[in-house]
Amino acid sequence: MIKYVCLICGYIYDPHEGDLENNIPPGTPFEMLPEDWTCPSCGAPKSEFEPKI
Amino acid sequence: MEAVKIKEGIYWVGAIDWNIRNFHGYSTIRGTTYNTYLVIDEKITLFDTVKHGFEEEMLARIRSVIEPEKIDYLVVNHIEPDHAGGFLHIVKVIKPEKIFLTPNAKAGLLEYFHIQDLPFEEVKTGKEVKIGKRTIKFFETPMIHWPDSMISYLPEEKLLISQDAFGAHYATSGRFDDEVDHCELIQECAKYYANIVLPYSPQVNKLLKTVKEMNLAIDMICPDHGIIWRKNVGEIVGLYERWSSYIADQKVLIVYDTMWKSTEKMAYAILEGVVKEGIAAKLCKLSVSDLTEVMAEVMLSKGIILGSPTLNNGLLPTVAGFTAYMKGLRPRGKIGASFGSYGWSGEAVKILNEVLKDMKAEVVHEGIRCKYSPDKETLERCTELGKTVAKKVKEVLGL
Repeated sequence: MIKYVCLICGYIYDPHEGDLENNIPPGTPFEMLPEDWTCPSCGAPKSEFEPKI
Repeated sequence: MEAVKIKEGIYWVGAIDWNIRNFHGYSTIRGTTYNTYLVIDEKITLFDTVKHGFEEEMLARIRSVIEPEKIDYLVVNHIEPDHAGGFLHIVKVIKPEKIFLTPNAKAGLLEYFHIQDLPFEEVKTGKEVKIGKRTIKFFETPMIHWPDSMISYLPEEKLLISQDAFGAHYATSGRFDDEVDHCELIQECAKYYANIVLPYSPQVNKLLKTVKEMNLAIDMICPDHGIIWRKNVGEIVGLYERWSSYIADQKVLIVYDTMWKSTEKMAYAILEGVVKEGIAAKLCKLSVSDLTEVMAEVMLSKGIILGSPTLNNGLLPTVAGFTAYMKGLRPRGKIGASFGSYGWSGEAVKILNEVLKDMKAEVVHEGIRCKYSPDKETLERCTELGKTVAKKVKEVLGL
């Protein structure tokens, strides 16, 4: 599963870790995150994320 | 105005803002400072600039050491206007050969000042720049507390220029932690963390772990506000570990406001319950309280009890404003409950419970709504609510 990086603040969404604080269980791919999910670091929307190469 | 030598060849050349009392809403009751640091080496390097209006104070301090035009490098650790407001003015005077900053900081400065053509040199975490016998090592610290933020470490000097981290809004004539009142200092640091840094606690926690793993030797921390840490480095790092892990004290804060004193009577009854359980408590009426101070108490208290009467099917505006502010600062790990009086609809308690849930607090009571004015029985229930929260605080903190 690919990691995604927030273009605003540099936060990295790691699907293996999920985002427990926001009830996203480990193993959730970025594509499966709810549309209203936002960067837990700076609040940017999903559209501000890019795959981390 | 003179520079203050902090190590051989290294000077504090910042500005002291004694009389500021409102820093974008943060009540700076003890003023603040805008700290900048000058390192004299083969490449003379200046770390950060000051708020617009304080440029001449800073230049005067630099002139007490060298002519500002001799500065070769400028490091921009953070672009917020309290540090970079004077950036353009200073750049015009010193005409630096290079300006080191993160990619986010460069983008931000271009957007702030609508400029181009400056000798920017982007740096990323781990980048090292030799300035003579000293090295600067950069670490990006995104969202501590803006996307552009970074810190600079001088390994040969064991010195960390930490930008806003470990800072405080605290104007003093002493420049070092051992030259000021220690209680005031720690209070101001807690207030600063609660009102500025708290939302980014996960990042702070991670950074502290990284620094520990890297075994960085640090005997001096130079933040961009307040004093320089040389005696109590371990203490402030320990406090940042504590605050960024959401560890709070064994106390309960009751934050409320009132229209015709019914919610206030409930607040006092709740306070009595908490105290009966042997737990320290504080009462804050929002109409006469300073939000900045209340927020520091929120961070430091394990139990948070919120009270508001219902006004026009919602919260009283003072409580609504405070809860919006508090939620944005993302306090975590709290034990909470809520209460409030009402006339006919009574939505406030439900809204306050939602606020607590948004903060991921453990809500240990369904809350108490009271029509018009509390009778003896209602006040007894309020006392019980206070006891319930206090008991839970004791249980969770293992007391």
